[in-house]
Amino acid sequence: MSAPTRDGGPRAPSRAARLLRSRTTHGFFFTAPLLVLFAAFVIYPMAFGIYYALDADSYRALFSDPTFRQTVVNTLWYVGFAVNLKLVLALLLSGILDFPFVWIRVLAALFLIPWAVPALPGILSFRWMLNSQWGIFNHLLSKFGLASVPWLAQHDTALGAVMIFHIWKYLPFWTIIFLAGRRAIPNELYEATAIDGASPVQNFFYVTFPLLRNLYLICTLLSMVFTLGDFTVPWLMTGGAPGDSTHVLATLAYRYTFAMGRLEWGLATFAVALPVTLGFIGLLLRWVKI
Amino acid sequence: MGEDLSAPGRRKRRGLHIGLSLVAIVLLGWTLFPVYYMLLLSFTRTDDLFQPGFYVDHPTVKNYTYTMGQENPFVRYFWHQIGNSLVVALWAMALVAAVAALGSFAMARMKFRFRRFVSGLTLFTYVIPSSFLAIPFFKMMADYDLIDTKLSLILAMTTFASPYALWVLSDYARSLPPEIEEAGAIDGAGTLATFFHLYLPLIRPPLIAIGTYAFLYAWNEYLYALLLLTGEPRVTLPVAMSNFLTTDNAPWNLLMAVSTVYAIPPVVLYYCFKRYLVSGLVSGAVSGT
Repeated sequence: MSAPTRDGGPRAPSRAARLLRSRTTHGFFFTAPLLVLFAAFVIYPMAFGIYYALDADSYRALFSDPTFRQTVVNTLWYVGFAVNLKLVLALLLSGILDFPFVWIRVLAALFLIPWAVPALPGILSFRWMLNSQWGIFNHLLSKFGLASVPWLAQHDTALGAVMIFHIWKYLPFWTIIFLAGRRAIPNELYEATAIDGASPVQNFFYVTFPLLRNLYLICTLLSMVFTLGDFTVPWLMTGGAPGDSTHVLATLAYRYTFAMGRLEWGLATFAVALPVTLGFIGLLLRWVKI
Repeated sequence: MGEDLSAPGRRKRRGLHIGLSLVAIVLLGWTLFPVYYMLLLSFTRTDDLFQPGFYVDHPTVKNYTYTMGQENPFVRYFWHQIGNSLVVALWAMALVAAVAALGSFAMARMKFRFRRFVSGLTLFTYVIPSSFLAIPFFKMMADYDLIDTKLSLILAMTTFASPYALWVLSDYARSLPPEIEEAGAIDGAGTLATFFHLYLPLIRPPLIAIGTYAFLYAWNEYLYALLLLTGEPRVTLPVAMSNFLTTDNAPWNLLMAVSTVYAIPPVVLYYCFKRYLVSGLVSGAVSGT
């Protein structure tokens, strides 16, 4: 077999090498459109952004800006707290939606509506409900003789509204992800624990969670990275108001760049989050395969 | 099985159903109320707008007829704007389908040297928040004088919707039998002919689904549309709607009618293609570990 065949038999090294070479050409040909898109609109803007963000003066300016420091705190709340609360709720809810009753299936279908409705209409609805004069929440409060709350006009409740909306909008998506993960667990495992008389709580901690742990970790990383760059929800819910106190990184970068004309500050704002983002992406690249 | 017929078993089952029903009621209220409120407002007369309630006393379709007839300054360019959204979304759909179909053929059916590099770059693009790239992208488009053209937005949407599309398609393509290439080889067809005549017809179902995904991605996009398009007749619908908010006395009932019209296509499509819109993530995450 190792003897070289004249004219290149099917297994001859030269032929194999040529085949590989031609496959590489083919591979390149078929992935070229993707590579061109990624090079032009991902790699190049990224390099451009990093180049402009290298100026140390920008960071000095950012860290001496109280709005920026407040923004970092807001972003940590948004990404650290809201995302994780959402995912814990999604994991628990997926257990409820996994019950094999017909009406649960109807419930699961209705539960998906916030995911299907684009963010903007949902945000508008929330904003009108939270309106301090005409909103339904303050209307109810006044009916019970309570003082009305300026929901979107004070920092805590405005940031809370952003987080609540995030959970409302994205909880369904992650719930069906976990639901699909649960359905991939072989039923025999639960049959085995049923013989041992395991309670639902024991089932969750000894069977379900260990098997979903990897999925849960990947989803946490993904959702945190996505939310770290979220612009739409905070921008449309509060626009940073009141007094620029509810910005997150993306909305503050927008304000620096387009309202104040400080491009390098806008890019530096993202660059601050870049090490964490790249770390998360590095982990994901190791764990997820395409 | 026999256990369930005993009295304690039945009581336990009943308790389960009651518990689940309570959760279901809370969940439905939380989920549906904002949507119900949007619909409610869209049928509210302007006179009743400032009397909050849980139902409409005098429902009206005026907000919808104003929108359709462009009879209010706020909706003067409604059809232009919905048309812009549609054009961008359809182009993104076609381009993403083309790019991902070609890419998936290589990723799933070939072994080539820099496969891992492509896969890593794809995943990177999927994960990196698009807002991180928005400012340089805007600058780049300004340099090429492409601001305020649909092309710039279409390019952005194609780039950011491609990774997931490639992911789902490759996943599906890997499950196809190896006979495709063999059949192609017997017919003496080249790689390109195999792709068009044998591969493309086979991946049609997921291709339609990921086309839908790209359509929805572009239809829902706000940040890039806000940055790249200006001028009332040229913006997409979500940007036009958010412009309502910059005025002090926005007509909220009209705004909700526009919102409802804007939300209908995605809701219909999400429910039709639900399975494909999550499958990539699950299979990637489950099989990848």
